[in-house]
Amino acid sequence: MIPNVAPAPADQAQPTTAADLRKTRRQGAPKKFTGSKLFGSFGSIAGVAWLAVLVAASLTAPLWLPFKTEDQDFTAVLSGPTAAHWLGTDELGRDLLSRIFASAAGTLGTSIITVIVAVGLGTLLAMLAAAAGERVENAVSRVTEIMMSLPGTVIILAVIGAVGTNIPMIMGILGVLISAGIYRVMLGQAKSLQSQLYVDAAKVDGVSTAGISLRHVLPGLTNTIVVQAALIFAVGMLIQAGLAFIGFGPPIPQPSWGGMIQGASQHVYDAPWMMVPTGAGLALTVLSANAIGNALGKAPNATASHLPSAAARRQRAKAVATIASAAPAPVTQDGVAKGTLSVRNLSVGVDSTGAGSGVRLVTDVSFDVEQGTVLGLVGESGCGKTMTALSLLGLLPSGVSVTGGQILWNGRNLAATTDKAMETVRGRDIALISQEPMRALDPMFTVGYQLTATIRRLRGMGKAEAREEARNLLEKVGIVDAARILKTYPHQISGGMAQRVAIALALAGQPKLLVADEPTTALDVTVQAEILSLLRSLVTDTGMSVVMVTHDLGVVADICDQVAVMYAGQVVENGRTDSILDNPRHPYTLALLAADPHANHANDMPERLATIQGQVPQPKDWPTGCRFAARCQFAGSACLEPVPLLPSGAGEGLVRCVKADQLAVEGMDWLATDVPAARALEITPTQNPRSLQTIVEKDLA
Amino acid sequence: MSTAVTERRDSTPPSDATPMLEVKDLVVRYGRGRKAAAAPAAVDHVSFSIAPGETVGLVGESGSGKSTIGKAILGLQKVSGGTITYQGKDITSAGAAERRALGGELRAVFQDPNSSLNPRNTIGTSLAEPLRLRGLSAAEARAKAEDMLERVGLPRDAVDRYPSQFSGGQRQRISVARALICDPQLVVCDEAVSALDLSTQAQVLNLLADLRDERGLSYLFIAHDIAVVQFLAQRVVVLYRGQVMESGPAAAVTENPRHPFTQALVAASPVPRPAEQAARREARESLGVRTGAAAVPAPGGCPFRLRCPLATDLCATERPALRRVGTADVACHYA
Repeated sequence: MIPNVAPAPADQAQPTTAADLRKTRRQGAPKKFTGSKLFGSFGSIAGVAWLAVLVAASLTAPLWLPFKTEDQDFTAVLSGPTAAHWLGTDELGRDLLSRIFASAAGTLGTSIITVIVAVGLGTLLAMLAAAAGERVENAVSRVTEIMMSLPGTVIILAVIGAVGTNIPMIMGILGVLISAGIYRVMLGQAKSLQSQLYVDAAKVDGVSTAGISLRHVLPGLTNTIVVQAALIFAVGMLIQAGLAFIGFGPPIPQPSWGGMIQGASQHVYDAPWMMVPTGAGLALTVLSANAIGNALGKAPNATASHLPSAAARRQRAKAVATIASAAPAPVTQDGVAKGTLSVRNLSVGVDSTGAGSGVRLVTDVSFDVEQGTVLGLVGESGCGKTMTALSLLGLLPSGVSVTGGQILWNGRNLAATTDKAMETVRGRDIALISQEPMRALDPMFTVGYQLTATIRRLRGMGKAEAREEARNLLEKVGIVDAARILKTYPHQISGGMAQRVAIALALAGQPKLLVADEPTTALDVTVQAEILSLLRSLVTDTGMSVVMVTHDLGVVADICDQVAVMYAGQVVENGRTDSILDNPRHPYTLALLAADPHANHANDMPERLATIQGQVPQPKDWPTGCRFAARCQFAGSACLEPVPLLPSGAGEGLVRCVKADQLAVEGMDWLATDVPAARALEITPTQNPRSLQTIVEKDLA
Repeated sequence: MSTAVTERRDSTPPSDATPMLEVKDLVVRYGRGRKAAAAPAAVDHVSFSIAPGETVGLVGESGSGKSTIGKAILGLQKVSGGTITYQGKDITSAGAAERRALGGELRAVFQDPNSSLNPRNTIGTSLAEPLRLRGLSAAEARAKAEDMLERVGLPRDAVDRYPSQFSGGQRQRISVARALICDPQLVVCDEAVSALDLSTQAQVLNLLADLRDERGLSYLFIAHDIAVVQFLAQRVVVLYRGQVMESGPAAAVTENPRHPFTQALVAASPVPRPAEQAARREARESLGVRTGAAAVPAPGGCPFRLRCPLATDLCATERPALRRVGTADVACHYA
C-alpha cells in the first residue's frame, strides 16, 4: 500500500476485479474497537490479563480460598508472607489473600455502576443535544455546567449522611456527576457525526431522529465510549477505595480494599508489609484500566503526518547519500541557462522499511522547465503528479523518497541534496502553493504577521522594511485594500483572497520557480480565472517559472506553455500545450479530452461522454508493458512490451505509445461507447494468458 | 407503488401535467431572531419548477445558496418563507414521517463520496436502509440492492463490502444506487460529480443520463461547473447571492448568456483548446467584471451591482425583476 499521505486523493486507485476485492476485504474493513488494538501493546495485554484473573478468582473465591474472610488466626497476627498465609495477615490474623480476592468482585462491580451511569448518561445527553438542535444543546450544556461546578465529594458525603453507606447508590450518584464531563467529550464528536452526509441521506429517507442517533451516530462513538469507560472505571475504583478509607465503605467485618488500606495505615510502623498486597492490588487494577484505555484510544493514524518525521529524515539523508554516490556527477549540459529546471529520469518510491516497501510511485520522469515558462503536470489522481511536484521541493511525505534520477536546478542536483541544504533552496529559489490555501496560513496569526515574519526570515529585512514589503506583495497579487487584509486573520477572508495571500507568501522569498499544486481546484471558476491571470502576469513580470499540477485541461490550455501528461507514475506524452491539446497523440490524452464536458459546446453536446473503463491501477499493480493498455481502446499485443518515450512524429514532443503513429494516420478517436464490461481487461501485475488473449483479439478486431 | 406512479405519469400528458416540483418564493435565513432578520437571506425569493422527466441545473458560485435550496427541498434545512410543492403536495415543512410517506420518491446524491456512505456499514446495509424503512424484508432488500449494484456497474457481491474498499468513482456510483433503489421520481444531485476525476466524472454523468432516460426521472442538478450542468440539464437556473439571475433553456443560457453575471461565469470556465481559450480569456477580461472578493452589497437592489460593468444608480435602489429576454428570464435592468 501507499503510505498514508496527508491529502488522500479522492479517487485512489482500487482493485476492481472481484478476486482482488475479496483479497482486500480483510485488510480494508474498518477496524472495530476490539481485537488488534487491545492486544497491540504489552501494557494492555497485561492489563486485560490482570483484570481477567482478578474477576475470575474473585467470583470463584468460595471454592478455592484457603480461609474465610472473617477467619481469625491469632497465632499469626500481623504476619508477613508465610506458607500458610501467602500474603500475610492483618491485625486480627485474617488472611490478606482471601480478603483481597473475596472483595475484588464487589469493588469492581460497583465501579462498573459508575461507568455505566456516567458513560450511558453522558452519551445519551450528547446524542440528544446533537440531534435536537441548538436550543436543546444550549439547555443541556447549561445543566451539565452546573453539574460540573457542584462539589462532588460534599454531595456524596451528604448522601451518605442521609441514607447511609449504600455503595451501589453512591457509585451511581458519582456516575451522574461524572456524566457531565463525558457529555462534554462526546458532544463535539456526536455533532460532527450528525453533520456527515450519510446522516443527511438517512434523513432524506425519512429515518427518525432516534433511528439516526442509534444507527449512525452511536456506532461512531463506540471508540470514545470504550476509552472513557476504561478511564472512569479506574476513577470509580479509586474514589470507592477512598470512601472506604475514610470509613464509608461496607460495614466493618466485610472486607473492602479501602478499608484494608485504612487498617494497614494504622500499622504502618509496626507491620509495614500489610500495606503492600492491598495497595499493589489497587494500583495494578487502576493501572490496568488506564493501560487498556490508552491502547484503545490510540488513533490508528496518529503517526502519519504530511511532514517527514525525524526518523524519516534520517532515512532520507541516507537515501540521498546513496543517490549522490550512485548517480554520476550532474551532467552540466553546455549552456544550462540560470533558472532552468531539468528533471531527468526521476523515480520516487516507498522506503524499504515498513509496508509496501520498494513500491515505485513515480518512474523515470523527465521534463524541462525553461525560465519564464509554465509547465503543466496533468493526469488523474493516483498518477504521481503531486509526488513529482513535491519531490522538487524535497517535501515528499514520510516514508517516501526519491529513489533515482536527478532534479537539476541551476546545475545542482536537488535529488542528492540533504534536507539541511534544501532549506536554503525552499522558499528562496523554489516555492510552493497548494490546493488548500488555508494550509499555508496559520489560523492563530494575522496575515500581516505571517507575511512579515516570512519576509524577514527569507530576505533578512528589518521589521519596518518587511512590513512595507508585505504591503507591496499583497498589492502585487491584486489585493486592493492591502492595509486592511494585513490586519485580518486567515479565517476572516474568502477562499480566493486566501489563495492570493498564499501566493504572496510564496513570493516572499522572490523564488525563481513556483510549484503550484492544484492552486485553483478549490476555488470558484470566476476566482480561478483571476488567480490564473495573476499567475500569468507574475510570470511575465518577474521571469519566474511555474510547475503547475492540475487535473483540469482547461487550466492547462489557459496558462501552460508546455505540458506533461502523466499516467500511473509515468509521463505518457509531453510537448507544447497547443500541439498536445489540439492534436493529442497518446490514447490517454485523447480519452481525457473526450471525457471532458468543457470540450464541447452546448449545441454539439454528445448524448454520452467518453469514459475510460476501470481505474488507474495501484502502484504495486503496474504492469511491465504499457500501463494504460488494460484500459485502452486501441491496445494490442505489442502493448505488453515496455514502451519507451519516443519523439512523436509532428514536432518536439514525446509520446509513450507504440500505436501513436498509426492512430495519427488513421485519425482515430476515443469512442464514447462504453466497452462492455466483459471485454475490459483485468489489471494484474503479471498479464495472465486470458487477458493476453483478449488483447490479441482486440488487436485483430 | 412504482407501477401506480408510472401509470399516473403515463396517463397525464406532459403539457398540462402538474410540475414534479415547484419552488415558489423560497426564502432561507440562517440563524434566529433579530440578527437573522437583518442579515441578507441565504436564499432570497427563489422560484422555479421542474417538469416530469426534466433536468434542471442550478449553478452559481460558492455562497450562492444553491446547496441550501437543495437541502430545503430535501427537508434538511428550515425554510423561512415560500413554499415547496412536490406533485401538488406542499412539503415545505414536512417531517420525517411525512417524508417517509412520500415513498422514497424524492431522493438525493451528495457531493462527497467519502462521507455520503457510513464507513461502519456494509454497502448492503446502506443500500437496504431506505427499503427496510418501507417494510421490505432483509432478503428482499438484499436482492434489490444486488440488482441495483449491478445496474450501476458494480459486482453483486459488493453488498458485503465496506465503503473504504471502493474508489471515489465507485462510491459515487453506490450513492447513485442508494438514491435510485426505491424508484424515485425526483433526485436532487448536489455537486454529485465535483469530487471525481475526469474519466470517472464522465462515467457517473453517463450513468445519470442513462438512468434518467430509462426511468423518466427528474433531476435537480446542483453544480458549480456550468459545462457539467450543460451536459445533463435541459434548463438552467443561475444564482448569485441567493437570487435568481437568469433562467432558461440550457443551450441559450450557456451559449448566449444575457445577464452580466452569467456572462462572467460562462467566460471564466476554461476550455481545453488553447487558441479558443486565449480568445475566451480576452473576452472575459474585456467584460470588465470586477473581482468579488470584498464586495458585500447592502440589501436592496441588484446583488451583483458592485461587480457589474453595467451597474447604475438604479441597480442600487431597485431589485430587477425576472423578465423574458429571448428564450430566457433575466433579472437585469440592462440585459
